[in-house]
Amino acid sequence: MRRHHGRELKEEITIRNCVEKIDELFEKMREGVRNAPVAVKELKEAGRPIVGIYCTFTPWELINAAGGIPVSLCSTSEKPIAAAEQHLPRNLCPLIKSSYGFALTDTCPYFHFCDIVIGETTCDGKKKMYELLNALRPTHVMQLPQTTEHAKSLELWKHEVIKLKEVLEERFGASITDEKLTSAIKLKNSINAAALRFYDLAALPDPVVSGKEIMLVSDYIKFTFDYEEAIANVNALTDSLLDAYKSGLRRVSASKRILITGCPMGKSLEKVVDAIEAPENSAVVVGFENCGNLKCTHYKVREDIAPLDAITEKYLSIPCSVMSPNNERIELIRHYIKKYRADGVADVILQACHTYNVESHSVRTALASDGIPYIAVETDYSQGDVGQLATRFGAFAEML
Amino acid sequence: MRSIGVDIGSAATKCALWDGNDIICCITPTGWTPKESAEAAVVMIKEKAGIAPDAPGISVTATGYGRNVFPADKRVTEISCHAAGARFLVPEVGMVLDIGGQDSKVISLHPDGRVADFIMNDKCAAGTGRFLQNMAVHLGCTLSDFCSIPEGTVMQPINSMCTVFAESEVIGLLAHGIAKEPICAGLLDSVAQKAVTMISRAGGSGDICFTGGCAQNGMLRALIEEKTGRRVISHALSQYAGAIGAALIGAK
Repeated sequence: MRRHHGRELKEEITIRNCVEKIDELFEKMREGVRNAPVAVKELKEAGRPIVGIYCTFTPWELINAAGGIPVSLCSTSEKPIAAAEQHLPRNLCPLIKSSYGFALTDTCPYFHFCDIVIGETTCDGKKKMYELLNALRPTHVMQLPQTTEHAKSLELWKHEVIKLKEVLEERFGASITDEKLTSAIKLKNSINAAALRFYDLAALPDPVVSGKEIMLVSDYIKFTFDYEEAIANVNALTDSLLDAYKSGLRRVSASKRILITGCPMGKSLEKVVDAIEAPENSAVVVGFENCGNLKCTHYKVREDIAPLDAITEKYLSIPCSVMSPNNERIELIRHYIKKYRADGVADVILQACHTYNVESHSVRTALASDGIPYIAVETDYSQGDVGQLATRFGAFAEML
Repeated sequence: MRSIGVDIGSAATKCALWDGNDIICCITPTGWTPKESAEAAVVMIKEKAGIAPDAPGISVTATGYGRNVFPADKRVTEISCHAAGARFLVPEVGMVLDIGGQDSKVISLHPDGRVADFIMNDKCAAGTGRFLQNMAVHLGCTLSDFCSIPEGTVMQPINSMCTVFAESEVIGLLAHGIAKEPICAGLLDSVAQKAVTMISRAGGSGDICFTGGCAQNGMLRALIEEKTGRRVISHALSQYAGAIGAALIGAK
């Protein structure tokens, strides 16, 4: 009896200590994201090259090996869209319009400080937008193959990776050696490993964190430029969450587990997570099979082959809807449904994103054959459809 | 257990009372204040059933777009409620088509009545009761005139699905001296076409239970039946399906 009581007391103390630590770390991360513009300004003033990026396809390791700081540029707010529409058509995906609008109005601090932008031909809209963006800031566009299945695709992509290496070397007077690349690969792999270890908390039987908290950690990793500190903090958070969980703490009470897939998420799309995680739904987002989340952390850069080959291979394996066919995406979704015990999948599609919109049918069909409930919502960065999202996700949760 | 379901729609608030055996329904316009309409509807249904206003042990379940502004015991989305209500009115049906005041939806059901999937149009007035209401203004008629189009009227096709464009089209047709009845028939056909598109996206081949305010329109029902080749069943209480479903879910 006494021993039992002692154990309970010990668990209670563990939980209390962990909760304190968890709150502290989340707060530190929020602050980190808030202060990111200042951090970039200081790096710029210290003479570090700032390289603006938009997409998961950009080989981070090359920029790092060139001594540059890869920074994700603003692209997920409705605010600059009206300005962007001075040059871009209305019926274009909001991500493209927002990216361009931020640049045009000089309201993205990261764009403001960046020396060069790296883009990829991930869709027709982006590819043409980059032509215009080049007038505002030097923009290097990597030509992405449209399939991974042709023998020549890897060759083409390697050519593009080498070209980017040359562009960076020339622009920043750097020499990207194999040695530097190898250590950049190691560093990025360990950042991704820390991220994945945190995401993998969703493999536990009960939910550990909310979808909103997953988004926060993703953002923190994206906007922390002291990489070792980011790794340490994410690992510390995961440790505390695990300890608290093992001691019996259940921070999130939700019985229905949703995996999100589709277009890149961001600040304006938090409305989707809010609609899913509304208290009356008893639902929680257990993972994001999106760019910037599982889609990039799931695939490691090999450390046992020539670094340029390893980088080429990893980035080409990202299952983006621009690839045709893109069966690997469905396999990745299936993998995380199983691993994260998802009860249903929500496909978040941005208006006028043709590739994800068309692919929705294939995902729906594949998941139907697995007996997994699926819902697709088409949305943009405005907050006008919050009520409609609430009804859709409410009904979806009731269905599960 | 007695249970009240209140379906706060954009045009009308529907209320149903389930006493374990029977259903009683009533309806009131939603107007400007959904909360007050819902309160009024609950008072009205209690009066109709001869229940004291403060009688204990009656749960209230709210659904429809106004469900969150009304202090109910339970809130359930209109999808689940229409599914439950439709199965009560037409047992064993596998699909529900609901055309209401501001949205339309198709719900596929599992054999046991649970929702399997749904498609919703709630972003645009095309194919909803609102579309017909807007057109009625320009035609100088009422919604009930859409229910009394003489048989044998030759339909005037309306090409625009969009409510705003269809308005200009209707005004143009009237200016060309086209009579109201063929235009009304064309407008109904346009609503039917939107519904059929949703039905074919949802798939399946069985009977369809038609609910919502527009289910009262026999011509609309017949047009959807003709276009899909499937039996489209509406019930005298079709308009109350959401409220009935809410009452049934609340009683569980």
